[in-house]
Amino acid sequence: MKQTAQLSLFLALALICSYIESLLPFHFGIPGIKLGLANIVVLLALYYMGAKYALAVSVMRILLAGLLFGNLFSILYSLAGGLFSFACMVLLKRCEKFKVISVSTAGGIAHNLGQILMAAAVVENSRLFYYFPVLFLAGAVTGILIGTVAQEMLLRLPVERMQTYRKEKP
Amino acid sequence: MNKSRSAQRRLAKADLVLLAVLLLFGVLAFFAVRMLTQKNGTDVEVLLHGEIYGTYPLSEEQKIPIHQNGTVTNTLQIADGTVKMIQADCPDKLCVHQNAIAGQGETIVCLPNQVVVQILGTKEPGLDSISR
Repeated sequence: MKQTAQLSLFLALALICSYIESLLPFHFGIPGIKLGLANIVVLLALYYMGAKYALAVSVMRILLAGLLFGNLFSILYSLAGGLFSFACMVLLKRCEKFKVISVSTAGGIAHNLGQILMAAAVVENSRLFYYFPVLFLAGAVTGILIGTVAQEMLLRLPVERMQTYRKEKP
Repeated sequence: MNKSRSAQRRLAKADLVLLAVLLLFGVLAFFAVRMLTQKNGTDVEVLLHGEIYGTYPLSEEQKIPIHQNGTVTNTLQIADGTVKMIQADCPDKLCVHQNAIAGQGETIVCLPNQVVVQILGTKEPGLDSISR
């Protein structure tokens, strides 16, 4: 099925993004800040294939990247952030008024928020929310950057063109 | 057809408004939290799995090894009135890379080992006096 092949391509791309990110030293002295490169791919999958497939890309990427490049503990928090982020992105995309950058920014913020919420729940400590503003702003900034990249790609490879490729006989 | 195309265009007014609101909110939240936490911490409290492991004064320079399951999983160092995690056996070492903390409300957390280091103070955060 063409969908499976396309999905696999997106997943592979997302994993490469995660790998590159694991190589970059992105430590700012504050936990939880990351670039979120793989979200470019999730966004593209969202616009090209739809929410169902994009969710598959996101979840599978988190699981596989966690096993390959990260550690088991991080998967729990990545999933929490990733799912919350995905929900926000789908919601924002549904409001047809907002473009990719807004969707991505919301995703970035929600991802960090989801992670603090899970972390605070696990260690049963609400003081972690002290970092909420920094993570909020960091998520917004990275969201804008990631969204800009996704936007430029979508502008050059319009969704309609990708869909006509899909409709062609395999 | 037009509607789906427009969703991929560059920014429109709705987006700029949303982004401005979000950034404003973030900045306000930042200063709000900043005001509510003060650099007048007096003690360091270490929590393990949500339960108090020990309390140590910020004024005393010392190294604190945190024992779990028979090994030292994390090591804290109190020096110059600040606390820093200098060793951890967790895979990501995010806690070790974190900046030293000294103010109320600040924390150092090692999620894999479930260690939370927080600052306690004598003053109520955010208030200097309560008038009745």
